[in-house]
Amino acid sequence: MEQAKNYMHLELLAKAENVSLARLAVASFAAQLDFTLAEIEEIKVVISETVSNAVIHGYQNEIGLVGIEVKIYFDKMEIIITDQGQGINDIDLARQPAYTTDPERMGLGLSFVDSFMDELKIISAPQQGTKIIMVKYLHDET
Amino acid sequence: MIVEVEKQGQNIIVRLQGELDLCTAEEFKRVVEANLETRGVKNMILNLAGVPFIDSSGLGAILGRYKNIQERGGKLVAVELVPTVKRIFELSGLPKIIALYDEEAQAVVNI
Repeated sequence: MEQAKNYMHLELLAKAENVSLARLAVASFAAQLDFTLAEIEEIKVVISETVSNAVIHGYQNEIGLVGIEVKIYFDKMEIIITDQGQGINDIDLARQPAYTTDPERMGLGLSFVDSFMDELKIISAPQQGTKIIMVKYLHDET
Repeated sequence: MIVEVEKQGQNIIVRLQGELDLCTAEEFKRVVEANLETRGVKNMILNLAGVPFIDSSGLGAILGRYKNIQERGGKLVAVELVPTVKRIFELSGLPKIIALYDEEAQAVVNI
């Protein structure tokens, strides 16, 4: 694995109030690569969705920590979101668009993540927490 | 999140200032539901000019209000979306049920 050019690791209490801090921190870090403004917006949505998932589903509004690791490489950014919460029962089901466990929600969180990131890997098991590993490449503007 | 509510006949116009996410969606829901219950309005025009960011929690809160208003026989439309928010709206498929307009005046005529 190639050496990362830069690295950040944030750890936050899993609270709704911290979601905006998470997405702003990662968006400003991402600005070190030449992402377009539209891509930076996509990264904000991705962080918002994954950290919100940790708050709502991972910890179900109980106290816990969400880890946000970002590695910047020459041509890509890797983001790893970790929680030690409930875990996901059925990952394939959770990834389906419009799958939701709550009528007030869209069930689109992971589907946005899937469309905005080039790679998405979800490692989770019931009571084992969840780790989401995502990569976004710098695309040549043509 | 600042939620400004104005009643115009059968409609309420709700103008939001701030990012609409998991945290602020609660405030939005609370204020809108309180107004829908007490002010005898039918339709809602949601002005998103002051919202620079939305995610699926924000969209879910809007969808929840749409469902409540629709059950009472009313309509919910959204106006003045900034381009980044409009893109997320379109990706979600919400414009199939929530009409989007450029201006409040247009929404008032068409609602």
